[in-house]
Amino acid sequence: MPPTTMSEPWRIVVAKPGLDGHDRGAKVVARALRDAGNEVIYTGLRRSAQQIVDTVRDEDARFLGLSSLSGAHEHLFPKVCELLKQQGLNDVIVFGGGIIPLGDREPLYACGIRAIFGPGTPTSEILEFIEQATQLENTGVGQDSDWYWTSSP
Amino acid sequence: MTFEILESAKSGDRRSLARTLSALENGLVKIDEVLDTIGSVPLPTNSDWQTLAITGAPGVGKSCLLDGLLRSWAEQGIRVAVLAVDPSSPRTGGALLGDRVRMTVVDDKELNELIYLRSVATRKASGSVPVIVEDMTKVLLALGWQRVIIETVGAGQSEVRCAALADRIVVVEGPARGDGIQAEKAGLLELADAVLVNKSDLPGAEIHADEIRESFELGAGSTPPVLLTSALHGSGIAEAAEMLLILSSSGRSTRARWRERLLAYHERTILESPQLDELLEKLAKGSILLDEALHIIGGEHNE
Repeated sequence: MPPTTMSEPWRIVVAKPGLDGHDRGAKVVARALRDAGNEVIYTGLRRSAQQIVDTVRDEDARFLGLSSLSGAHEHLFPKVCELLKQQGLNDVIVFGGGIIPLGDREPLYACGIRAIFGPGTPTSEILEFIEQATQLENTGVGQDSDWYWTSSP
Repeated sequence: MTFEILESAKSGDRRSLARTLSALENGLVKIDEVLDTIGSVPLPTNSDWQTLAITGAPGVGKSCLLDGLLRSWAEQGIRVAVLAVDPSSPRTGGALLGDRVRMTVVDDKELNELIYLRSVATRKASGSVPVIVEDMTKVLLALGWQRVIIETVGAGQSEVRCAALADRIVVVEGPARGDGIQAEKAGLLELADAVLVNKSDLPGAEIHADEIRESFELGAGSTPPVLLTSALHGSGIAEAAEMLLILSSSGRSTRARWRERLLAYHERTILESPQLDELLEKLAKGSILLDEALHIIGGEHNE
């Protein structure tokens, strides 16, 4: 057994679903996750839900971060969650970010998304979420916890 | 790591394959245990290669080029797996693995059943990466992937070592990378079985290809093929894909490769020694000498 001086890094896919050409936010998040010692797999722009799920499967990711600024989150995020469950990737923890109005969030949590981060979220908050989500049980997209991240006021 | 995961990987489930590779990476399972369940690595048929390394300096277009090659191979029905090796930050241990951005072929619905792409970070103990990559390669071959491509940046010792583990090594060059002497200095060309000069749409590519050919002719042994490609325009890709499939070993680097391999395994023996932490502590305190530490690690290896 090789020596493990620290725990293994989390593998995290950061994805941009749909027709949305802006990935500065996704890149900022990817960078912060990397700097916190994680292995971040970035998909690039304009991926379909199926492509994202295939990537999560092939890369054995523990987390999936979805970013959308186009307003299509209502359609795309649930679709990704649905496909993850269909393929048995129930234990993958999903979070989202971008321009997602407060009123749209409840249905996304209901799909199994465990956090939504809006513009201006400090990256430290995302790292706190990652840590908490791994400590709690059954926080995967297809698991039965009803927990989701609420940012501290 | 359960028996069920291995069984399911054997039956073709890609998530189980991915999890098996993670387990190897995390040291949760030994390669022999995995192969006991999934079956052994098939012997190579005639002189064909099973593993091919694609390496070269950052920015020469390796990922784009590989994307084109994969498409070409998949269209012929060949099942190809790719291990894309990228460095981890030595400071934080994190890594940004971005090869998928350029490899769009894995998103092609018609072809993606035939292609498996896995990003591999070198992690902190990068010395053991080449051996882990070799173990992953064995799993992929045993599971019926016909060819395994190892893509690495040709900078840094562990990356070069990853390349040295492959049956064949392809070095990707670009134009305007200095004269032929620069190419030789890099040391990678000594290991090359073929060279692709990418970005042939830019000026200087042909001159650079000629320089590399000339430099090969100065050495002994058979001369590795040097081809021009443009991943951007797709020119030369089909020819390169065809040439690479039947590429034979140039035979110029057998010794150099075995050397890298020997070093990789030796390094892993040290890194995996249960006494490593203790020895490092003692060395740091000055309570033992380097010679003694080497002796302890070496002695244990002989048991």
